[in-house]
Amino acid sequence: MSTTDHLVYMANQIARELGSQCRDRPVTATRDHLRQFWDPRMRQAIVAYLDGGGEHLSDTARDAVALLRETAERAD
Amino acid sequence: MAWIGERDLGTKAVSAAAPAMVTLRIDGQDVTMPEGTSIMRAAALVGTDIPKLCATDTLEAFGSCRLCLVEIEGRAGYPASCTTPVADGMVVRTQTDRLAKLRRGVMELYISDHPLDCLTCSANGDCELQDQAGAVGLRDVRYGYEGLNHLVAEKDESNPYFTFDPAKCIVCSRCVRACDEIQGTFALTIEGSGFASKVAASQDDTFLASECVSCGACVQACPTSALIEKSVIAQGTPDKAVVTTCAYCGVGCTFRAEMRGEQLVRMVPWKDGKANHGHSCVKGRFAWGYANHRDRILKPMIRASVEDPWREVSWDEAIAHTAGEFRRIQAKYGKDSVGGITSSRCTNEETFLVQKLIRQGFGNNNVDTCARVCHSPTGYGLKTTFGTSAGTQDFDSVAHADVIMVIGANPTDGHPVFASRMKQRLREGAKLIVIDPRRIDLVRTPHVAATHHLPLRPGTNVAVLTAIAHVVVTEGLADEAFVRERCDWSEFEDWAAFVAQPQRSPEATEALTGVPAADLRAAARLFATGGNGAIYYGLGVTEHSQGSSTVMAIANLAMATGNIGREGVGVNPLRGQNNVQGACDMGSFPHEYSGYRHVSDAATRAMFERAWGVTLDAEPGLRIPNMLDAATDGTFKALFIQGEDILQSDPNTHHVAAGLAAMECVVVQDLFLNETANYAHVFLPGSTFLEKDGTFTNAERRIQRVRKVMAPLNGYGDWEIVQLVANAIGLDWTYTHPSEIMDEIAALTPTFATVSYEALDRLGSMQWPATEAASEGTPTMHVDQFVRGKGHFVVTDYIPTDEKTGPRFPLLLTTGRILSQYNVGAQTRRTDNIAWHPEDRLEIHPHDAENRGIRDGDWVSLRSRAGETTLRALITERVAPGIVYTTFHHPATQANVITTDYSDWATNCPEYKVTAVQVAISNGPSDWQQTYQAQTERSRRILPEAAE
Ligand code: SF4
Ligand code: SF4
Ligand code: SF4
Ligand code: FES
Repeated sequence: MSTTDHLVYMANQIARELGSQCRDRPVTATRDHLRQFWDPRMRQAIVAYLDGGGEHLSDTARDAVALLRETAERAD
Repeated sequence: MAWIGERDLGTKAVSAAAPAMVTLRIDGQDVTMPEGTSIMRAAALVGTDIPKLCATDTLEAFGSCRLCLVEIEGRAGYPASCTTPVADGMVVRTQTDRLAKLRRGVMELYISDHPLDCLTCSANGDCELQDQAGAVGLRDVRYGYEGLNHLVAEKDESNPYFTFDPAKCIVCSRCVRACDEIQGTFALTIEGSGFASKVAASQDDTFLASECVSCGACVQACPTSALIEKSVIAQGTPDKAVVTTCAYCGVGCTFRAEMRGEQLVRMVPWKDGKANHGHSCVKGRFAWGYANHRDRILKPMIRASVEDPWREVSWDEAIAHTAGEFRRIQAKYGKDSVGGITSSRCTNEETFLVQKLIRQGFGNNNVDTCARVCHSPTGYGLKTTFGTSAGTQDFDSVAHADVIMVIGANPTDGHPVFASRMKQRLREGAKLIVIDPRRIDLVRTPHVAATHHLPLRPGTNVAVLTAIAHVVVTEGLADEAFVRERCDWSEFEDWAAFVAQPQRSPEATEALTGVPAADLRAAARLFATGGNGAIYYGLGVTEHSQGSSTVMAIANLAMATGNIGREGVGVNPLRGQNNVQGACDMGSFPHEYSGYRHVSDAATRAMFERAWGVTLDAEPGLRIPNMLDAATDGTFKALFIQGEDILQSDPNTHHVAAGLAAMECVVVQDLFLNETANYAHVFLPGSTFLEKDGTFTNAERRIQRVRKVMAPLNGYGDWEIVQLVANAIGLDWTYTHPSEIMDEIAALTPTFATVSYEALDRLGSMQWPATEAASEGTPTMHVDQFVRGKGHFVVTDYIPTDEKTGPRFPLLLTTGRILSQYNVGAQTRRTDNIAWHPEDRLEIHPHDAENRGIRDGDWVSLRSRAGETTLRALITERVAPGIVYTTFHHPATQANVITTDYSDWATNCPEYKVTAVQVAISNGPSDWQQTYQAQTERSRRILPEAAE
């Protein structure tokens, strides 16, 4: 698995778990998890992947990464 | 053999919480004692040692030797003081002419068939028979010394660590009782009767061939030199002792390191140790010889390329080189291009310093620890549900449990001393539920049998635990009052509705979990209704893609059944390494400071910034697998590894190797040239736990002292080495003793607020949280409320792992460890423990073996999507059909060549416990094993330091 494949896999895995654990807010929960546990280069890489189409991201993961991008932009 | 210089009070203390007190008179002195105390112990407590042979204060009184007779006013005869309890108004005499005569008579009988070669006996000066002969004033033996003795009986020297010499045996049964009562192995018996009676191991086997697990309890209990450590025979009896803590597993047994001059003679478990109460296992008791093993590296070494041989250099050169490389790499590739790994084997103080070096010195949070690959899901799961990343109980709590549930743990191998305690409780009648793919020893062992064994398919923990919850909720067995008072009720309702769904039922999930629904229902009912329910779990829970979810499912179950917040219950992770709890506590994770506070928490960060005088990074750093990914991508270039062997211990060896190979500077600080060192550029020789001061924190959150008993052979304690590196990169550290590091930890970590070496020396040990409110520590957590306030129920949906069996890889491999070896085996392989486990074997069920034409002992290839290795087969019904199992103690096996990149969703803890594999007959080592062996040999060449 390349690093990007690995990150996509992990993002989907997190989104899927949090999708059932936090049913009322899966997207923000996934975004929060990425912010809390992923170092900036991993977050940048997953945002870049989404910018490039984000083909293999699940729906929740895709929305969470988009939200992550927004939050990052707001913070800049 | 007894403890050098320690009092033996003859019988155990009374265990009742608030016993009634009685007053009696012993030799004219009024004495008040708890009811149930023996006369022998009462007398000893006021300074009178009544002669004894068969009694010792670690065992139940037995009353066989009749040496401890006393006179009691108003009572006929001469009762044995070890078996007679004190009573109100009793008047006891321990010394009269009549008693002296009787005792001498008893002693004469013992001595008459004992070989009187005291002067040359290895126990000379430390022998209770000798002492007691003196105590009773024995001067002559009427039967002569020429009577029958057992001198012709052959010594049993089969055990690598102790001998049994029947000639010296007085048949007191102390060894037999120690093995039964303390260790719970029931390996020994007294065979025959009268003069012919003798101690026998199993069916009169040698000790090594018997069921004996070499815990040493019988050796401690033996009053003579019949059972004695070979090291005492070789070196002589010790003359001083230092109390310290075992450096192997998370039980955290404390030992007296008994010395003769500068030489360590033996390690004897400390009776006052709060984790082990005087017991030990073969590792801590005997397997310390690695400290002096010839493979130990004592001089620093560097090399430009991992293809070069090592070059021995001075400490100055090694430290300057290391600091220069890290600074160079950061200047070239950026501040985040470097990081480090702390060790669960090193002390709290050393671990704290490594993360401080990275945070303060390197300016980032790229620090991680080996807990990543074992208990990181415990941290996540328990913090989410309860609010703190630790087990809820102390070990003593198990004595109050009524139903014990063991999930994905094999305590008799992994946590042997705690397992002995658990077995004591099970023998008293507590019920046992085992949830494990393998039929672990606890399922059926002498005088212990699990009420239920749920042999689930690896990877289905969440489905099984949810099905248990389903039964609890749908059959109305939840403890509603507890939940209403202590947890968030609406979250509970939400969770209860989820687990109650028909598709979560035992019947609906039976096909996928492999657990018969009726058994699961019965187990669930027992757990919910059987009184105090305590859950103990291990890596079979955490090392899965749903590891964190499983931990939360366990927490849910404990809360729903009201099994939290008092003795006898709780959620108890059995921690693997000696200081894995401590390493996590000390801020070894890339997102947390010490005490589990997130790096983005401004107030905490400000506190550290003030103390350390730098601006700290508010962003989480890289975890070990992410570091390796980043290395292969070229953004991570240098790694400082203290006391860890990631190449052997981490999953997917090929990926780890590629990551390490892509770095420009890998520093390994360790005792031996480990596997990771094949990819290192700098090797800093480490020190053993015998050579430094510090603290370890065990699985019960118990902080215990490690005390230096000898000077470091490599020249420095590990904490000193980190300090040298820190100062070489421009920090200004001035620690002169690890106690000062602990003071800094306490000042910066609220849960350690009252911890200090002074307090630890005074109290023996402390369980965090140790705060102003609980200044001596906290044995049981979440008593009145959860650390997070209300207990948090989390819905845990079962999501199957993506690692699936199929036609190419039809079997599931799961991994584990065994008693005599420890993790990657770097230490235990360098001791005589190798007698018990010379190689890793692949356990395979007879059906699967037959289908493949495999016979016991054949070489087989083990292949997964990640790689291939070979090892020898062990055919056993311990594993179910479709499942194979191996340990990972030997580098030659390279079991992690097989394991994959799949990991826990929340923490990246690797999925060690599930790998789809195929097994086939093979005729020798795989290509990778051969190439690797050649590379290792090349990499370990050393050029000695050039002469000045
Ligand atoms: S060493 Fe331990 S297991 Fe072996 S016989 Fe002695 S007490 Fe029993
Ligand atoms: S071996 Fe030691 S403890 Fe065991 S019966 Fe003989 S003298 Fe007693
Ligand atoms: S390895 Fe564990 S159980 Fe064995 S002596 Fe050491 S701490 Fe105790
Ligand atoms: S010590 Fe009391 S009978 Fe042996």
